[in-house]
Amino acid sequence: MSEGNLTIRMETAGGVEVVALSGEVDMRASPALRSELLGVVERRPARTILDLSGTSYIDSSGVGTLVEFKRKIERVGGRVVLTGMQHRVRSVFEITKLDRFFAIAESVEEARRL
Amino acid sequence: MSSATELTLALTSDVRELPAVRDRLRGFARGLGWNEHDVADIVLAADEALTNVIRHGYESQPAHEIHLHARRTQDAARGEGLEIVIRDRARQVPLDKICGRDLDDIRPGGLGVHLIRSLMNEAHYSHREGGGMELVMRKFRVGGADCGGRA
Repeated sequence: MSEGNLTIRMETAGGVEVVALSGEVDMRASPALRSELLGVVERRPARTILDLSGTSYIDSSGVGTLVEFKRKIERVGGRVVLTGMQHRVRSVFEITKLDRFFAIAESVEEARRL
Repeated sequence: MSSATELTLALTSDVRELPAVRDRLRGFARGLGWNEHDVADIVLAADEALTNVIRHGYESQPAHEIHLHARRTQDAARGEGLEIVIRDRARQVPLDKICGRDLDDIRPGGLGVHLIRSLMNEAHYSHREGGGMELVMRKFRVGGADCGGRA
């Protein structure tokens, strides 16, 4: 699905859900992303990989949406791993110290193992 | 052709306007010769400020006015900089309540002011006469156009 400048693609296999975010995760797109991620929580995958390799921009509303998702998925026994962060996106996580809160992998393959 | 040294945008509190505002500001800062790292800082800081106005000031109601004015500045001590002024007519927030939260308290929300203060060298909020808020934020070049630093 798409909202604003963000496209969200999902793939599920073997208890792993890969959510690929392409474009800009801003205040406009965050409600739609939140809704999609709540759907993931309901499906209760053992592991969710958030593939940010196509994410060119994220603001605090986008980061907050991912924090909320991590809290909710862990409450139902799931695990979330971020991967593919571009330099600029990673710096937002670093400034807000959320790089310590999330598990971060360099690739989807590594995220499957973490 | 010389680049514009000022940018004025009259917006509404509609989140659908934010991508276009980011594009305009990105182009403006690039035109002034700011490097990509600093351009990204400037754009994110402005976006966070506008998001705060829309969400907290206007409580996400989309038809209210916001004015953004960006310009090149020259400071005797700190050299060339870029100033962004954002004015609204939203509810006035006590100035001592505008502060970044403790980052060890991890939860959604409350990161916008922290980002603004981290990305820009200066950020000053004030109450406008007749109602509304004004934010003046500035970023200065540190060490020239190709090696801008973080505040």
